[in-house]
Amino acid sequence: MATVSLDNIKKRFGPTEVIQGVSLDVADGEFIVIVGPSGCGKSTLLRMVAGLETITEGELRIGDRRANDLEPMDRDIAMVFQNYALYPHMSVAQNMGYGLKIAGLPKAEIATKVADAAKLLQLTELLDRKPRQLSGGQRQRVAMGRAIVRAPSVFLFDEPLSNLDAKLRVQMRLEIRELQAKLGITSLYVTHDQVEAMTMADRMIVMNAGRAEQIGTPLDVYERPATLFAAQFIGSPSMNVLEVEGRDGALWLGDMRLPNPTGHIGPVMLGLRPEHLTPDPEGAIVMQVLLAEPLGANTLLHGKLATGQGFTASLPGVHALSHGGETLRLSISPANMHLFDTATGARLG
Amino acid sequence: MEKRVTFKGWLLPLCLIAPQVFISAVFFFYPAGQAVWQSLFIPDPFGLSSQFVGLGNFEYLLGDPYYRASFLTTAVFSTLVTLASMIPALFLAVMADRLVKSAGTYRTLLIWPYAVAPAIAGVLWMFMFNTRVGVVSWYLGQLGYDWNHVLNGTEAMGLVVAASAWGRISYNFLFFFAALQAVPRSIIEAAAIDGARFWRRFFTIVLPLLSPTTFFLLVVNIVYAFFETFGVIHTITAGGPQQSTTILVYKVFSDGFVSQDLGSSAAQSVILLLVVGLLTVLQFKYIEKRVHY
Ligand SMILES: Nc1ncnc2c1ncn2[C@@H]1O[C@H](COP(=O)(O)OP(=O)(O)OP(=O)(O)O)[C@@H](O)[C@H]1O
Ligand SMILES: [Mg+2]
Repeated sequence: MATVSLDNIKKRFGPTEVIQGVSLDVADGEFIVIVGPSGCGKSTLLRMVAGLETITEGELRIGDRRANDLEPMDRDIAMVFQNYALYPHMSVAQNMGYGLKIAGLPKAEIATKVADAAKLLQLTELLDRKPRQLSGGQRQRVAMGRAIVRAPSVFLFDEPLSNLDAKLRVQMRLEIRELQAKLGITSLYVTHDQVEAMTMADRMIVMNAGRAEQIGTPLDVYERPATLFAAQFIGSPSMNVLEVEGRDGALWLGDMRLPNPTGHIGPVMLGLRPEHLTPDPEGAIVMQVLLAEPLGANTLLHGKLATGQGFTASLPGVHALSHGGETLRLSISPANMHLFDTATGARLG
Repeated sequence: MEKRVTFKGWLLPLCLIAPQVFISAVFFFYPAGQAVWQSLFIPDPFGLSSQFVGLGNFEYLLGDPYYRASFLTTAVFSTLVTLASMIPALFLAVMADRLVKSAGTYRTLLIWPYAVAPAIAGVLWMFMFNTRVGVVSWYLGQLGYDWNHVLNGTEAMGLVVAASAWGRISYNFLFFFAALQAVPRSIIEAAAIDGARFWRRFFTIVLPLLSPTTFFLLVVNIVYAFFETFGVIHTITAGGPQQSTTILVYKVFSDGFVSQDLGSSAAQSVILLLVVGLLTVLQFKYIEKRVHY
């Protein structure tokens, strides 16, 4: 059990700065999800915490110790890798007990700890199997088991579910979260899947190109995205972003007139989540529907505005649509309008 | 997915394998058959006629203390050559694998000795250790050690082992290096997080993962020590002193071509043939099963 704190952590590979200064304080027992597109530096950040990459600049503290120069084994962490990284020549029991054996625990104690962990993860039947005799989901569990037997202070996960099929992913997502809550171990979890991020995180850190765009609870990030990037990355389907102009106490999109919640003057980026739009005969947003995707519970309507910009709306229920080019009027409540600076992408108001 | 080519008739496939079959027949099956045939006869001293003796040559051989000594010499020699060529190769490969910079140069330099022909390697080592003009034996003399592999059987053995193993280190290095590169990084990292330091990781994780390669090299190197070291032994010691470096293959040569005892020589070839057969079966049995984990 421990806190983790990152103070302006940077990483350079040669001249390229891959992590450009990330600061984060993780509370004891907190589940932090690091989310972002491919190549944004999530793994690198996690591996710096694990001690598998050196930290170029900044300070890392695990518990009350400065950890920058500690070996991975001295950091009291456990890591679950994307490909599980099980030892192929060892049985499940040996895989799970390897760390304890290195630590010099007596055989009997190792056996009890492994058995306990196996029970928790429903692996008891599989203890004598080799990794190649397991399914993907079972391997994933063994990797989890190897992490928990050592009772580390911090769990690190690097996309542990990305090799599983969709259904198993949902199930394992819940299992991991339950297990973590039960054990109360501080966790850092990397994923590029925003649904995982939304459902699992106590707090999440949205990364883009080596920078933390926003750190906050999933609802925070959804309701008050700090940057245009965070706004578009979180939420599915992703947010409509339109360039509008503030004047005369309103926001103008071409000749469509929208309320101006912040009173901003001049050009500004307006973000509207597809699910916040409602059909309204008086609505200011006029959309020409080109394609409907009925998902059952809701229907996605893709089309374009009079200005030619692409636009998506998500309406509840099944939406009857006579094919091709029907026009739909929509409105949105001012509370659900997000404004961002045109140049920096930072949230306004 | 395996790609298979299907042929319609018999003619084309037959033509395609014909050269291989022809070469095997002329250079392997025919001489092997001759050896088996000859091993059943004793030729007279002038080579004009020969007398059928059945398994007499084999009986004689197995009762011959020199032949049995040669078996032991071969066992010692091939064990030493295998160890002396594999252990340094593995060590060098592990070190090269840790290198980040200039690994390529290092690798290329390590491969060079492989290009030296065994006989030339033999001459090279012979001159270095020559009792009168050798550089190394001179230095050993300066240190108070009187090197003389011409008289000392142990030293002779050491020298032929070194000369035979030297070039093989490169070959083994290549295989070990490739195998090391194929060990997934994340497994090593997981072991590091589990608390294993470098050598512990090496012995508990890396070495077991290398076992298919190690086994393959073991067989290949034993076969090499048995059959391909003739040139080295011939140039350095010619089997001496007092047969202390006469391995089986060398004895086939010296009994057959030097002592002209063709029947015995042929019988020895047949025994060697059986040994190779056994090694091959062993190799296939395990390699097929893909040893290991
Ligand atoms: N050893 C390295 N040397 C040079 N550049 C590297 C190295 N490792 C990673 N990078 C670069 O750092 C950036 C971040 O890589 P990282 O693996 O952290 O991305 P990621 O967010 O985990 O992506 P993904 O979701 O695809 O796993 C990438 O642009 C990558 O090319
Ligand atoms: Mg990654």
